[in-house]
Amino acid sequence: MSERLVVDPITRIEGHLRIEARMDGANIAQAYSSGTSVRGIETILKGRDPRDAWAFVQRICGVCTLVHGIASVRSVEDALKIELPANAQLIRNLMIGAQYVHDHVMHFYHLHALDWVDVVSALSADPKATSALAQSISGWPKSSPGYFADTQKRIKTFVESGQLGIFANGYWGHPAYKLPPEANLMAVAHYLEALAWQRDAAKLHAIFGGKNPHPNFLVGGVACPIDLNSDSAINAKRLAEVQRLIQSMVTFVDQVYVPDTLAIAGFYKDWGTRGEGLGNFLCYGDLPSGAAMDPATFLFPRGAILNRDLSTIHEVDLHASGEIEEFVAHSWYDYSTGNDQGLHPYDGETNLEYDGRGGVQPPYTQLDIAQGYSWMKSPRWKGQAVEVGPLARVLLLHATGHAQTRELVEMTLSTLDLPVEALFSTLGRTAARTLETKILADAMQGWYDSLIANIKAGDTKTFNETLWDPSTWPRQARGAGIMEAPRGALGHWIVIEDGRIANYQAVVPSTWNAGPRDTQDRPGAYEAALEHNHQLADIKQPIEILRTIHSFDPCIACAVHLTDPESGEELRIKVT
Amino acid sequence: MAARKTPEKTLGESLRDHGLSRRGFLKFCAATTSMMALPPSLAPAIAAALETAKRPSVIWLSFQECTGCTESLTRSHAPTLEDLILDFISLDYHHTLQAAAGEAAEEARLQAMEANKGEYLVIVDGSIPGPDANPGFSTVAGHSNYQTLMETVEHAAAVIAVGTCAAFGGIPQAKPNPTGAMSVMDLVKDKPVVNVSGCPPIPMVITGVLAHYLVFGRLPELDSYGRPLAFYGQSIHDRCYRRPFYDRGLFAESFDDEGAKLGWCLYRLGCKGPSTYNACATMKWNDGTSWPIESGHPCLGCSEPSFWDAGGFYEPLSVPLTLRPETLLQAGAVGAVVGGGLAALARKKVKDAAGTRQPVTVEELEQKL
Repeated sequence: MSERLVVDPITRIEGHLRIEARMDGANIAQAYSSGTSVRGIETILKGRDPRDAWAFVQRICGVCTLVHGIASVRSVEDALKIELPANAQLIRNLMIGAQYVHDHVMHFYHLHALDWVDVVSALSADPKATSALAQSISGWPKSSPGYFADTQKRIKTFVESGQLGIFANGYWGHPAYKLPPEANLMAVAHYLEALAWQRDAAKLHAIFGGKNPHPNFLVGGVACPIDLNSDSAINAKRLAEVQRLIQSMVTFVDQVYVPDTLAIAGFYKDWGTRGEGLGNFLCYGDLPSGAAMDPATFLFPRGAILNRDLSTIHEVDLHASGEIEEFVAHSWYDYSTGNDQGLHPYDGETNLEYDGRGGVQPPYTQLDIAQGYSWMKSPRWKGQAVEVGPLARVLLLHATGHAQTRELVEMTLSTLDLPVEALFSTLGRTAARTLETKILADAMQGWYDSLIANIKAGDTKTFNETLWDPSTWPRQARGAGIMEAPRGALGHWIVIEDGRIANYQAVVPSTWNAGPRDTQDRPGAYEAALEHNHQLADIKQPIEILRTIHSFDPCIACAVHLTDPESGEELRIKVT
Repeated sequence: MAARKTPEKTLGESLRDHGLSRRGFLKFCAATTSMMALPPSLAPAIAAALETAKRPSVIWLSFQECTGCTESLTRSHAPTLEDLILDFISLDYHHTLQAAAGEAAEEARLQAMEANKGEYLVIVDGSIPGPDANPGFSTVAGHSNYQTLMETVEHAAAVIAVGTCAAFGGIPQAKPNPTGAMSVMDLVKDKPVVNVSGCPPIPMVITGVLAHYLVFGRLPELDSYGRPLAFYGQSIHDRCYRRPFYDRGLFAESFDDEGAKLGWCLYRLGCKGPSTYNACATMKWNDGTSWPIESGHPCLGCSEPSFWDAGGFYEPLSVPLTLRPETLLQAGAVGAVVGGGLAALARKKVKDAAGTRQPVTVEELEQKL
């Protein structure tokens, strides 16, 4: 086993991710992505009430909290052909929109920014020049010299205390940091502001779902009733609060997030030529304008793009065998039908097999990359490795002629003076996330207005009770619940028998992106993005790896949550 | 910047340098006073007590988790996360927030353990595959979670298990517990362990427990499940604003029916409020915006051990409906009947503990100044 560069833990992500890289001098030749923790939520679901499933699977992830809850209730509704009231779909859209805006802003400032922003450099900024910089790019009111001087003083005092907390051992002063001190100070100020802002933004989930993280959902609708004459339902006061929150999100995105992205990107244009990876993209689509989950009405379109060819949108079938499949060639699982073939999620199985599939006994220094090296599987669409997420969605929107997307992409490329190829890169991925946040924030007003119009017209229905009672269900049913999660295409497949869950499989955005090599040894999206175009300035401080991996916004607890009951017990006996 | 210096300033000294955060600090003291149910006049004393302290080192370990507990921490309004990590604690290791990655991140943990031996706090979120489980089920930096936990707590002052997974095993431990998941208190026997349960816990409860430790220099009084009485001493049901409808026998029978719209009791839709001990009904969520029952959904019971295996979320608790509510209440028996022995035990222990709880006096505070 040749020596490889190891980054574990990859921090400022959700979950436990390890990257190993085989170096060719200072360049990454091959990269290996490993999810190193498993829980087994799908196993736990078997035999339970399908109406309860959303609560279990929502705990797959508390960062993109909501997405698994939504996909789960949709899978049950698809299986049982439950029609959703229009208001319930609008409320879900509003909650999904709020999730995107909240999640993407936090990713940019709290998970990604420190790859580009040198906190220590901010200490030498001139607050007056920082103020001038901020005012030149945005009308955001918190931009006075005194404001930035106060922020700088706070950070200075903190650093001088000698207790550096979360900033300890950062790669400060690394030559890859390119921002002038003033841009660093502005970004640090917005790091703190975004923390305060997100607390407010999260309230939208609390209004409709009772709390955030982990708001509540309901098969057949939403749990919050609408009644303008009640103090204990969605009423005029609550709706006014929702309106205020939407406005707050739009303002922050327009005045802080978008201008900051463009300002910072301007110093890192060289990242518009690396970090692409596969060039294949997949979207399930989401955000219907009507009550039904009809792809024709989705804001985000469904389809696949192969080899950067935006002129051809391939159709995607969620149910057909041979389209969406998961492979385990390099994963710590066993398929009863052999480990070289893929399985559609309806037939999916996930038998844990660490020791027998190449798992190295901890403590270990290197994975056994010739065998299994991850708790993630390798999902493929028609055999192809594909990237999912913001870049995929923006490309799909662009390819299908979405006017606002085209305007935003054009504005971004011309502002940065970059060619359209720059979209296929680490920088393009991060910019796409910002652009779709703006699209979502603007769309929320439309859903809110539709909800108000429905209530005005006397329609306050939020729940369809007709198929709530399991005695009304068919003996057997199966369905797919999809959504576009902030990190990409998410699907839950459920098989119901006699009112109970017979099988449940989730194929998750970060599994598409972070999964290991497949049967043909073709890399996943993270791996491909790192290979042959990342030169490390300092092998002891691999900030370049963090930049590209963070551009995907990894969510590893999402990606690894699988197991199957057939093997769970056996394995525990074997290893003790 | 990589080298750590021994802190020379106390928390108070550094706060005096913080023109910007002084207001936040006082708000924090006021909020702490109110959370501890102390008279407002004590706020200045709390501020003074805090000024003598250096920022305690906190090492946050994430194991089999979903990061919902960290997300919840970021939603805390008083103290805010930014005030907490810049002014009150030194958060020396936290995967989701820390700048460093890989070896540099692990180095930060080891440095904090060495520099603060015997004094640092360990916070854990997520369950841990136990010593009999395959150590490969969950690793960080090539080490099993079990090994990292035991190594890190060895010289800790105390351990706070945040969230139901760390406190009680949570969802990974739900049947059939495919990865042999265990709770912190199953594994750590020689250190004080505080359980801050909930899926996730209320943001202000996480920071409130930290505040208690910072202000009083010791851990709060706990119930029989190791949970702080200040936040877990009362059932949701006893503090629920819909309780009068329960007492009058007025129940929502379906979501979106007339009862649901009027805010009647959600007991028949499966509410676990009667057997759940948590502060949702009083502190609410997201700066008092709402909480699950206020937004029309039954309580899932997420702060209780084994709540994932405690029957369907929409199945009513098994209180015989022939019993009149008044009877149940007079007997104090709702918990006993619906939650079985465990809830009854918890309730009794809570009462016992509440009976012997020592009030915090001004003298005690002054001694600390």
